[in-house]
Amino acid sequence: MQPRNAGRRQVLRALTVAALALPLAARAAGPAPTKVTAELIQAAKKEGKVIWYTAVDLPVAERIAKAFEAKYPGIDMRVERSGGERIFQRIGQEYASNIHAVDVVNSSDAAHFIVWKRDGILAPYVPEDVALHYPAEHKDPDGLFASWRAWLSVIGYNTKLVKPEEAPKSFADLLDPKWSGKIVKGHPGYSGTIMTATFQISRDLGWEYFEKLARQKVMQVQSSADPPKKLALGERAVMADGNEYNLFQLKEKGEPVEIVYPSEGTPLIIGPSGVLKDAPHPNAARLLQSFLFSVEAQQLMVDFGGLRSMHALVKEKAGRKPLREIKLMKDDPAAVEKQADEIKARYSKYFKV
Amino acid sequence: MGSPALPSRARPDLSGAVLLLCAAALCLLVILPIGWLVVFAFTGRGGRFTLANFRLLFTDPAFLEPLVTTLILALSVSLICCLVAAPMGWIVARTDMPLRRAVRFLVLASFVTPPFLGAIAWELLAAPNSGLLNQLHRAATGAGPEAVLFDVYTLPGLVFVICCYTFPYVFVLVANALDRIPGELEDASAMLGGSAWRTARRVTIPLALPALAAGALVAFLQAMTLFGAPGILALPAGFHTMTTKIWSLFQYPPKPELAAAASLPLLVVTVVLLRAQSAVLGRRGYTVVGGRSGSPRPVRLGPLRWPALGLCLAMLSLPVFLPYAALVNAAFSRIPSQPLTLERFTLDHVRFVFLELSATRLALKNTFLLGLLAATLGALLALVISYLTARAAIRGHRVLGFLATAPIAIPGIALGVGLFLAYTRGPIVLYGTLWILLLAYLTIELPAAYQQLQASLRAVAPELEEASRVLGASRLRTLRNVTAPLLGPSLIATWCFVFVAVVRELSAAAILFTSETKVLSVLIFDLNESGDLAAIAVLGLTMLILTSAVIAAANRVPGFRGGPLVRNN
Repeated sequence: MQPRNAGRRQVLRALTVAALALPLAARAAGPAPTKVTAELIQAAKKEGKVIWYTAVDLPVAERIAKAFEAKYPGIDMRVERSGGERIFQRIGQEYASNIHAVDVVNSSDAAHFIVWKRDGILAPYVPEDVALHYPAEHKDPDGLFASWRAWLSVIGYNTKLVKPEEAPKSFADLLDPKWSGKIVKGHPGYSGTIMTATFQISRDLGWEYFEKLARQKVMQVQSSADPPKKLALGERAVMADGNEYNLFQLKEKGEPVEIVYPSEGTPLIIGPSGVLKDAPHPNAARLLQSFLFSVEAQQLMVDFGGLRSMHALVKEKAGRKPLREIKLMKDDPAAVEKQADEIKARYSKYFKV
Repeated sequence: MGSPALPSRARPDLSGAVLLLCAAALCLLVILPIGWLVVFAFTGRGGRFTLANFRLLFTDPAFLEPLVTTLILALSVSLICCLVAAPMGWIVARTDMPLRRAVRFLVLASFVTPPFLGAIAWELLAAPNSGLLNQLHRAATGAGPEAVLFDVYTLPGLVFVICCYTFPYVFVLVANALDRIPGELEDASAMLGGSAWRTARRVTIPLALPALAAGALVAFLQAMTLFGAPGILALPAGFHTMTTKIWSLFQYPPKPELAAAASLPLLVVTVVLLRAQSAVLGRRGYTVVGGRSGSPRPVRLGPLRWPALGLCLAMLSLPVFLPYAALVNAAFSRIPSQPLTLERFTLDHVRFVFLELSATRLALKNTFLLGLLAATLGALLALVISYLTARAAIRGHRVLGFLATAPIAIPGIALGVGLFLAYTRGPIVLYGTLWILLLAYLTIELPAAYQQLQASLRAVAPELEEASRVLGASRLRTLRNVTAPLLGPSLIATWCFVFVAVVRELSAAAILFTSETKVLSVLIFDLNESGDLAAIAVLGLTMLILTSAVIAAANRVPGFRGGPLVRNN
């Protein structure tokens, strides 16, 4: 699979398919929703195994897996956690060699699903919960994927190292020389979250922001889950980007970290989930996809993981700022998909890594 | 078929075929990935021949800077390792310092530690703000929160960490060479009126010099081709080395042509240095020949005995004591950067790794399966090849010897790229299976295994084998019933060496793994990506315990004397 330098023929074919699908999708919203039936469970148990590639932070991913295994005993669930961009690269590399190891995929870069859809490697499957409880803008019209989770890439600080009144309030504040050598941030070459955030910030604030930030002697880590952990360790005082949900988890455990929603707006990240057409365990894959969108899994993801859910019946946890009260930057996966290579190239030019 | 050196046999046996098969396997193992590497390096878009990859490599600062950084890194590591390891090797081999055996054993402990794990442990110790040593420094001196004693996220920090896990190579080479220098030569110098210093300058040092030069070279090559430690430390420090740069070329969209081109300079430097070494050392007869010479007379250190031991232990605290203390701390403390106390003690991380982390079992299984297989097959292959070359058993044995040593010139990461290119497309697709990793490990570890066994085989008199052959045994049977048992301890040592090397290998595995074929080193590397230090500490300690257990078991194989590895044979 080499979508970004795909042949013209493939592009044309994809366009034709999209053109044909569009009017249809407008009338009937993709394939009919599927209930979890006793037959599906039986068939999944026969397969006995399911493999989930995900970009969500490892403890959250493993907690979800344990919940799935508890609900459907006899099915072994294996979590392959990696940064969104690396998952994308891995699936590309594996599929190019005809290795079909993955059943269900969740990336932190929604743009990947545009590519996978174009390459035709996703299977149409709409869990009942998605059909009934998810807003239209959070599900694919052809039923190939839906928004499994949402979260923000925020600024954060260590409360032992920074007083609240001195903490940065905006992205612009991070350029103050007093933060030189004190900032940690993730890398768009590894993390889908950071890729998406870098796109939104560079679109709204311009690349000059990153050019100047690169001169602040930033500590560069890979995953967007790492900056919050570096804050908790006390290794750096401030994080320029990284997962809001890790900060929720740490803060609620009593670690000295605090979240800042920057005044320019906070990048919104959507992490969809989809079933692979060539999944090695097709029934278990569908059962897992249904489970992932159930109230049970969504509430667990919110309560334990600190993530945001698009499920209408899931409640936000008390003490966390509700999504509607936060000024958000607009997400635009289609644009990220087009600019991903340029973003990586410009980023490594400024940050040298 | 058969050998011209021996009388032809009436009854044909399979020996010739089996031996040839080994030779063919060797060619496949070495030539195929290198061939693909070279082909890809000169391939442009659309599969045409081009030099564009190299033009980019030598003009784009994004490649030139890592190249320069890598050379500075390798030179510094080589120099520092010699400065530290040579005196230590001398103290351990030639003086009456107490606990010399224990010191040798501890040097091996630092060899068993994978450099990437050492790098993570040093992050825990010497990260500028949260590092335990820096916290201790601030607490002890009352310095402000800005005070930083050590910063591991710098080029010197990286050099230091690589030195910690490279100096064993120099140490072992120097100490073994000093072990072998006959005491008579030094005695003769002393009897002729040479002072201790003069004896050292005119006799001991010149005799140990080739080993030191070889050690310097090995350290240089190790540092140049290492991926593990730079993979952990270089990114936060804000620079690339060649190996991390090559690895990053596999990010989406992957650029295997550039990765192949970037691997070739490492290969060329290695080949040139190895040629230079054999050219320099080859001409001078350094071999100390002589029947049974007296074992060297230890130099009496007198009152300096204990300070010398203190110095050795202080040096060993850097690669062994401090890092393992930091890992134990991280494994059981609620937050890895806080010193362990009773109320901070937790078993959560242990529980997480063994009960929740679903990749643990698979990675453990894959790692030990591959370790056992690679060690067994590698030792056997090395045995057969060294037999063929040492006894000149088939035509072209010199080429075999060269091929078996050639992989030493292939950096692990380059080999990873080469194997990836060779086995991700037809006719044989091995990517996604454990086989490709097995091939990688066999190729990487073959030179060391071959050299060890070849040296031991030269010490076995061929008369015993000839007797067996005269009595009608085939070559294979002779090898199995006569040669192998005679080589016993060396075989075990080789087996252990390959096993340890496989467990600590990251550079090729980082390119070749898939989700089904994950190994421990890759799992730890992945956990580092998201900063799960506590889980890494638990896995790292598990890895060390299991590795030690396997080595201990291997040294108890009935019929063989124990502890060959400890004696650095």
